[in-house]
Amino acid sequence: MTAAIEAVNVTKVYRKYARKKQFATLKSALLSGSLVSELRPDEAFEALRGVSFTVPKGCTYGVVGRNGSGKSTLLKCVAGITKPTTGSVTVEGRISALIELGAGFHPEISGRENVFINGIMLGLTKREIQKRFDEIVEFAEMKDFIDAPVKTYSSGMYVRLGFAVAIHVDPEVLLVDEVLAVGDQGFTVKCLDKFSEFRRRNKTILLVTHSLDLVEKFCDQALWLDKGKTRGEGDPKRVVTAYIVDVEKAEEQQLAKEEARRVAHAATDAPPAAAEQTQNPVETAEAPADMFKATEGRWGSRELEVTAVTIVDAAGTPAHVFQSGAPLTVRIGFRAHEPMRDFVFGFGIFNADGVCCYGTNTNIDELEPDRMSGEGEVRFVIDRLDLVEGTYTFDVAAHKLDGFPYDYHRQLYTIRVKARRKDVGIYRPPHRWEVTGDVTFRAPGSGFRRGDDDDPQR
Amino acid sequence: MFHHLRALLKYRGLIQTLVMRDLTARYRGSVLGFFWSFFNPLLLMAVYTFVFTVIMPGAHPVDIQPYGLFFFCGILPWTWFSSSLTESANVLISGGNLIKKVLFPAEVLPIVSVLANLAHFILGLPILAALLIYYQRPLDPLELLWFPVILVVQFFFTTGLALLLAALTVHFRDIKDILANMLTLWFFSTPIIYSIQMAPPSYRWVLNLNPMTHLAISYQEVLFHVGPHGHWKWLLALGAGSVVVFLAGYFVFDRLRDSFAEEV
Repeated sequence: MTAAIEAVNVTKVYRKYARKKQFATLKSALLSGSLVSELRPDEAFEALRGVSFTVPKGCTYGVVGRNGSGKSTLLKCVAGITKPTTGSVTVEGRISALIELGAGFHPEISGRENVFINGIMLGLTKREIQKRFDEIVEFAEMKDFIDAPVKTYSSGMYVRLGFAVAIHVDPEVLLVDEVLAVGDQGFTVKCLDKFSEFRRRNKTILLVTHSLDLVEKFCDQALWLDKGKTRGEGDPKRVVTAYIVDVEKAEEQQLAKEEARRVAHAATDAPPAAAEQTQNPVETAEAPADMFKATEGRWGSRELEVTAVTIVDAAGTPAHVFQSGAPLTVRIGFRAHEPMRDFVFGFGIFNADGVCCYGTNTNIDELEPDRMSGEGEVRFVIDRLDLVEGTYTFDVAAHKLDGFPYDYHRQLYTIRVKARRKDVGIYRPPHRWEVTGDVTFRAPGSGFRRGDDDDPQR
Repeated sequence: MFHHLRALLKYRGLIQTLVMRDLTARYRGSVLGFFWSFFNPLLLMAVYTFVFTVIMPGAHPVDIQPYGLFFFCGILPWTWFSSSLTESANVLISGGNLIKKVLFPAEVLPIVSVLANLAHFILGLPILAALLIYYQRPLDPLELLWFPVILVVQFFFTTGLALLLAALTVHFRDIKDILANMLTLWFFSTPIIYSIQMAPPSYRWVLNLNPMTHLAISYQEVLFHVGPHGHWKWLLALGAGSVVVFLAGYFVFDRLRDSFAEEV
C-alpha cells in the first residue's frame, strides 16, 4: 500500500507576539526567506514538535487532541498553506482542504459567480465546474438563492455552498478540519454520506475533529496530538480511549483545584455569615424548599464540625470524575467538640441547574442518634451512581434533629459524571430494550457507514 | 524562482477570473456601474483643466494646446500605475483569508490588481480617442505601433514594484501610509501636468532619473505631439530596466512567500 500523506519529524515554530519585531538586515532576510531574525527560545512557540505519521492511500485518518494541541497547524502543513520549520510533508495527489469553507467568497457577487471563482481557486477548470455546477447547487440546497449576492446569505448557506464546492473538487486527498458542526442534522448526514462515498472510492481523508464518536466509527487509524507531540497512534478505539482517560485526568485535577479553593474560601469567609445564618437556623437547614436554592457556602455553630469531605471511587482513591453507574463513596470526617446525643448527618446531590437530584440524611434513613464524641468518619456509600453525564455538586451537613445546623457545607464539592451514551435527563435507571415481532437492530456503530462496502447487507 | 514563474502561466485562468471578479464587484451596487471607469478620468481631467486654464492660465506654455488632451495622455497611465501600487500594498493583508486558509498562489493577488487597473486604463482609451477626434488631431499609425510597447514596459515596471510592495507591506505595515505621500511626490516629479521642457534645465537630470518621466513622455510623444517618436531610446532602455525591476520584485516576493501565512 502506498502512502498518500507522509509527514516526517514535522516541527513548526511560531513567533510569539512581541511589541517590537527583531528585524534582520534585508540581505540576511532575502537569504533566509524571513525578515525576522533568528528566534530566541523565549519568543518561540512550538506548535508541533517532531510529529511523524504516514497515511496509506485510501485510509481515513483521524486526528484528535485538545484545543491548542497543534491539530490545525498539522493540517495546514499537510495542505501546504504553511511550511514546517523542520521536517517534511509529502502528499500524493490533488488535495482539497475543508479548513475554512467559502474562504474566497466575494460578498458582492452572486453565489453562481462565486462557485466558479472558488472552484478555479481550488484547481478546477471552468469546464469541470460547468459540468458539476448543478450537482454542487443541489448538494448545497441552494437552488433558489444561487443568483443572489453572497452577502445576503445566512452563515449556514455560506458554509454549505463552500462545502459543496470543496467536496466536488474531487480530490485524491481530502483534509477536513472540524467542519461537520456547521449544518443542520440533514446536512451533516449528507456530508457523512459524501465521506463514505470517498472512502468507497479509495480516497484518502485526514479528519481533524472533536467528535470522538466520529473518529471511532469512521476512521481506520487515529493520531492523538498533545501539546504538539504525538501521544498515541493506531487503532482509533484505543487512541480515543487513551485520549478520554487523559482528558478525565486533567478534568480531575481541575476539579480538585477548584474544590480546594472553594473549601478554603468557605472556611475563611464563613464565620460572620454563619453568625447571621444562625439567627433563623431551623428553616435554613432542613426545609425542603431551601434545598432548591443553590448557593455555595458553609455555616453552622460548629459544635460538631465536618473536618474533611473526600469523594472516593471503588478503589478508595480520591476522585472527581466518575463513569455513570460506577460506585462512589463520600467520606465525611467529623470532630465533636463535646459528647453529644442530638446529631444527624445529611447528604444531597444537585445538578448544574441547581436541581436537587437526591437528598437524604441519617434521620430520614431511620438511624437514631445515640451518642458521639471525639473524631471519626461517616461514609455515604453509593453502589451505582446512575446519573446521566454532567456536573454535580454535593451538600454535606451535620445538624440537630430539629434542623439546627452544626456545620452545613452547601455545594462545596463537585464531581463530573461521564457517559459514552448521550442520554438526557438526570437519572439513568438500569434498563434494556426488548422487542417482539419482526424487528431487528444492527450492531452499534454500523449505522454511520451507510452504503459502505464493508457492510455485508449490501 | 523561475520554476515558480512558469507556474504563473498555469494560473492564467485563475488570474483572468479574479480580474473579472474585481471589475464586476467594484461597481456592483452603483447606479452608473462600468461608466465610472470612463467618468473618473474625465472628471479628473476636468478638474485639472479648470485649474490650469481658468485659475492659473499662465502656468503652462502656449505650445501645449489643448491642455486637457495633454493632461489626459499623462494622467490615464499614471492612474493605472498609482492605483495598482496602492491596491497591491494592501492586497495580501485584505486577502489574508485566502493565504491563511486556502492553498493559494499569493503572487496572483498583486498581479490581479495591476491587471484590473490596466482594464480601467483600457476602458479610458475610448475617451482619449473621442478627445483626439474632438480636437481633430490625427495620429500617425506608424507611431501608434509604439503604444503597445509602452504598455508592456509600464506593465513590467508596475508589476515588479507591486510584487515588492505587496511582500514588504506584510512585514512593514508602515509602507501603506508612506506610499500615499510618496505617490503624490512622484506624481509631481513626473511631467504630467507640465511638460519636461518647463522644468529648469539644471533639474532636468533629476526628472530623467524617474522612470515614469520616460513613460509619460512616450505617451505624450505618441498621442499628443506631432512628429516622430523621438524618445524611443529612453523607452527601450527603460524596457530593459523594467524587466530587471520585475525580476527583482518577484525575487523578493518569492523569498518572503513562506512568511505570508503567518504574518498577515
